[in-house]
Amino acid sequence: MDQTVAAPGSLADPGAPGSDPAAEAGPLGRLTVPGALRWLRRVAGIVPFGAYVTLGLLLPMIAVAVGAFETNNGGFTFSNVSAATHGIYLHGFWQSIILSVFTSILPAIFGLLIAYAIFTAKRGNVLRQVVITASGVFANFGGVPLAFLFIASLGSSGLITHWLANIGFNLYGYGFSLYSLSGVIVVYLYFQIPLMVLVILPALEGLRPAWREAAENMGARTWEYWRFVGGPVLLPSFLGCVLLLFGSALSAYATAEALTNGTIPLTAIQIGSFLNGNVIAGQENIGKALGLGMVVIIAVAMIIYVMLQRRAAKWLR
Amino acid sequence: MAAVADTQIVKAPRRAARQGAPRAGTAWRWVVLLIAAVFFLLPLIVALRFAGIKAFGSVVSEPGFTSSLGLSVRLAVVTTVITIVLMLPTTVYVHLRLPGIRRLMEGITILPIVIPPVVLIVGVLQIAPGSLKGTPYLLGLEYVVLAMPFAYRAIDAGLRSLDLKTVTEASNSLGAGWVSTMLRVILPNLRTALLSAIVLTVALVLGEYTMASLALYQTFPVWIYVNSQTSGQVSVAASLLALFVTWIFLMGITVLGTRQSRRTGGGSVTLFTVARQETRGN
Repeated sequence: MDQTVAAPGSLADPGAPGSDPAAEAGPLGRLTVPGALRWLRRVAGIVPFGAYVTLGLLLPMIAVAVGAFETNNGGFTFSNVSAATHGIYLHGFWQSIILSVFTSILPAIFGLLIAYAIFTAKRGNVLRQVVITASGVFANFGGVPLAFLFIASLGSSGLITHWLANIGFNLYGYGFSLYSLSGVIVVYLYFQIPLMVLVILPALEGLRPAWREAAENMGARTWEYWRFVGGPVLLPSFLGCVLLLFGSALSAYATAEALTNGTIPLTAIQIGSFLNGNVIAGQENIGKALGLGMVVIIAVAMIIYVMLQRRAAKWLR
Repeated sequence: MAAVADTQIVKAPRRAARQGAPRAGTAWRWVVLLIAAVFFLLPLIVALRFAGIKAFGSVVSEPGFTSSLGLSVRLAVVTTVITIVLMLPTTVYVHLRLPGIRRLMEGITILPIVIPPVVLIVGVLQIAPGSLKGTPYLLGLEYVVLAMPFAYRAIDAGLRSLDLKTVTEASNSLGAGWVSTMLRVILPNLRTALLSAIVLTVALVLGEYTMASLALYQTFPVWIYVNSQTSGQVSVAASLLALFVTWIFLMGITVLGTRQSRRTGGGSVTLFTVARQETRGN
């Protein structure tokens, strides 16, 4: 660490732009030796972090991206990408996207309702505190334990399935199966809804009561308030939350894996099966192409989000 | 003038009608909350019944329980130590000397959330040196990356609620060096934030399944899954146990977090700063 900095005030950054020109401009701005040294010293504090991120995150991702275009001998090829975008793997991408769309939009709406229900309750209200705490807890709940919880209740020999059958409602007779896409959607709702409550609540709290009062004073009805004031203000945050839920559903692996024993054709599960060695030798790099595909989908979702948000921001002006 | 008066007269009954509205609104609110309560509590209660009381006792004596739990706890300790040692000085440093890159830091630390862990582990297994691949500590090192978003946000929120510049300047002008400022001024002020970071990291490591199973290490969640082939009831019981322990942890920080925010009036470490999903092994 930089222990030589002891002069009072020098620990804190000058902050104001331009107060430290050499440092602001970096070594390229003013190519003097002391300037470059000062810049290096300033940056030194984040070098360990930068190195860790490079080794633990950046290099592995580069390895995936490069591997997607390599044959097993290291030659260049498009065959992995082509295999990843055809047949069962293309199907996997579609299933993953369908799943993610359902498990981002449904929880977004229901989560917004719950959040609004407790938002209108008074601050310090017990119910409100309980819902917030429970959301924090449930949003963190996933993976294998969650899968077993649902197998015990809604699985083919689960207790709820059994009770429903006793009152004459055969859940599995209506095409529902916990081990198929419909089941995975229900299970994902269990952590997606609370996640939505947590992320949308701060945005709701940003709606000032004064705006509503102002709207009412000007004669706006409830729906008019939401159409012209509340809705447009909330929209960017709402879209951001939907994107977050989309990414969360897309990259979820453990829950679906434990629920279906890895049989459901979702991209995350397919990538996992390449590592588990359940694939023909010589095709390992298809897994990397699938991984690259997932990253691309998330990147596209983020670009759409940024564009939507820009439009929404225009209304806000 | 007349027109204005006119609209006001017309408004009056409409407002009166709206006075009745909140009652309907309240009913709707209760219906939503009731549905949510059933959806979230029913599977829990049912799973408790499914497992039965006896299964809880036999979890401990299952083969592999001790070793897998031991591995998970060891990984949690390693990950937490590295995460704090790496992220605390970095975050403080960024706040003090490079506030300009705070947005960049936020962007970088969001990456482990955006990138699916299943993709990340593919790359990690590809580039990790063989000597590291043979030990489970490879997982620990990679969990540090997964924990970064939570640790950074928790510490960042803690630093924001503290007037860092004034505090360090005061400490410096009283003659304290950088190390002593860090240990005796900043650290005590960040107790809650650090506690949140630690709890979240521990919860993450104890619950992570994706990377552990794909790197072929039998951590506790992996053991629960493998063991389910022999006894479904015991696995459900083990799942519930794992859950309750994590919940107690998380509830603890929520309570602490609210107390802290009440004390400092904002800048609290909310659970969400933290409770992002993907990395928790879903």
